[in-house]
Amino acid sequence: MDKTQNNKAWFLVLPVLVLVAFSAVIPLMTVVNYSVNDTFGDNQFFWAGFEWFEEVLHSERMHAALWRQLLFSAIILAIEVPLGIAVALTMPKRGIWASTCLVLVALPLLIPFNVVGTIWQVFARIDIGLMGATLAALGIDFNIGQSSLDAWIIVVGMDVWHWTSLVVLLSYAGLQSIPEAYYQAGRIDQASRWAVFRYIELPKMKGVLLIAVLLRFMDSFMIYTEPFVVTGGGPGSATTFLSIDLVKMAIGQFDLGPAAAFSIMYFLVILLVSWVFYTVMTNLDKEEEFE
Amino acid sequence: MSALSLTAIPRTRAKDKAGLRLLTSRLVLIGYLLFLLIPIYWLVNMSFKTNAEIMSSVNLWPETPTLANYARIFGDPTWYMGYVNSLIYVVMNTVISITVALPAAYAFSRYSFLGDKHLFFWLLTNRMAPPAVFALPFFQLYSSVGLFDTHIAVALAHCLFNVPLAVWILEGFMRGVPKEIDETAYIDGYSFPRFFLKIFMPLIASGVGVAAFFCFMFSWVDLLISRTLTSVDVKTIGVAMTRTSSATGLDYGTLAAAGVLTIIPGALVIWFVRNYIAKGFALGRV
Repeated sequence: MDKTQNNKAWFLVLPVLVLVAFSAVIPLMTVVNYSVNDTFGDNQFFWAGFEWFEEVLHSERMHAALWRQLLFSAIILAIEVPLGIAVALTMPKRGIWASTCLVLVALPLLIPFNVVGTIWQVFARIDIGLMGATLAALGIDFNIGQSSLDAWIIVVGMDVWHWTSLVVLLSYAGLQSIPEAYYQAGRIDQASRWAVFRYIELPKMKGVLLIAVLLRFMDSFMIYTEPFVVTGGGPGSATTFLSIDLVKMAIGQFDLGPAAAFSIMYFLVILLVSWVFYTVMTNLDKEEEFE
Repeated sequence: MSALSLTAIPRTRAKDKAGLRLLTSRLVLIGYLLFLLIPIYWLVNMSFKTNAEIMSSVNLWPETPTLANYARIFGDPTWYMGYVNSLIYVVMNTVISITVALPAAYAFSRYSFLGDKHLFFWLLTNRMAPPAVFALPFFQLYSSVGLFDTHIAVALAHCLFNVPLAVWILEGFMRGVPKEIDETAYIDGYSFPRFFLKIFMPLIASGVGVAAFFCFMFSWVDLLISRTLTSVDVKTIGVAMTRTSSATGLDYGTLAAAGVLTIIPGALVIWFVRNYIAKGFALGRV
């Protein structure tokens, strides 16, 4: 759509600007302030320069948390995206069953994060949980309090349970937008199922899949509540991801300087990924307009 | 005759293949739905059991179904006020977010102005910002202005990610409305506010509904920020649940019942937005 050039439109944006500035810019300035200062309490600050940044950059603990975070996001994407596409392909296209499936699939997305954590924490317990008890009955030693591997399995399983539906919904919406004529053309050419998927369905899902991948990457990169409730970051620090470590540092230990420096670097990473996301998406929008 | 049978054989084979494919696809779907529903079922199941039964045995359905867990929640102010408090700030947040997002989304969808792309990008970064980064600064900001432990503090803090989200979703819906409608209305002598309320709003009603639903949802599911910004007066349901589970440790029945009650609002509303839910998650871009 060609837009009218009019700078008065700023007045319409002003309320959003003020509100988001209040809840984003001011807090962010506080963080910047902390990151370059040291304090002994009583609101007395000393200039510390980039000391905190150096400390955080060289801290073993940070490196470990970052690797865990990257590994987690990679595993999540590798499982959720193919699974989501596969499930979306199996959903009925219209009628009451389509609606019912949509609602059932979307259900996990609407459960508060801490309740998701509670559900899985209880579900995995050996004494009272269905999954834990079943595994115990099968003779498998499953203990998220002691084994790091088990804790990882449950955290990954929980995220797959919670968020695969997002990929399903977006892929399903992409599939719905394919005109029936495309499939007819495929049948006339006697295209195999794989060819139909590869050359008709996948290209049409490209846009929504991109959004799904980026949203999943971002959200898994800042995951906090669910692992916090289920494992508390343990056993040891096996499931301590970036956000958990950050909150531990900032609010638990009140190490403001390092926590702030950490926050800023964390935020810069997010900013970078957001920029990639935004650029790719605006380009896609443009492509669609030309088609 | 021979030509007929030649074509007939591949056709039945193709039919068999299609049937097999349909069967496997149904099995995948049913398997996935079971995977989604069994943990939820386990929670519901537990909420109808007594604590003694939960601890003593693993049953697929309650032996002696009881409503005691729900009665405890509705009878204890620290529990049911958690829901009331959460609902208050969630509704406040939804109203604020939609009100400020409507004009902004209109501006983004209709006009190009100085810095519009940068502004839009800046809004996106706020949707993507990790709440953990903001937890401590929020605590200090709202303490210093005397809003700590109030509903409005949580509502304003959630605007950080809900306002950008609402702008994005609404912009997606608004760009689907042809610009000629605006121009015709202006020629007919409508003023901007009257045009917006009388003509434009009904056209994007579903968009407003979806945006409101998403604001409601993301405010409802958050634990980190609401926990950081509240303490005594405004105890949210998420806080009530985490505190109870750590304090007593054994009251799983009540915990399960509280969990089931938090699922209900979302489960009810989702039916109305089922056809738009993907559009909402895709930030209006499907």
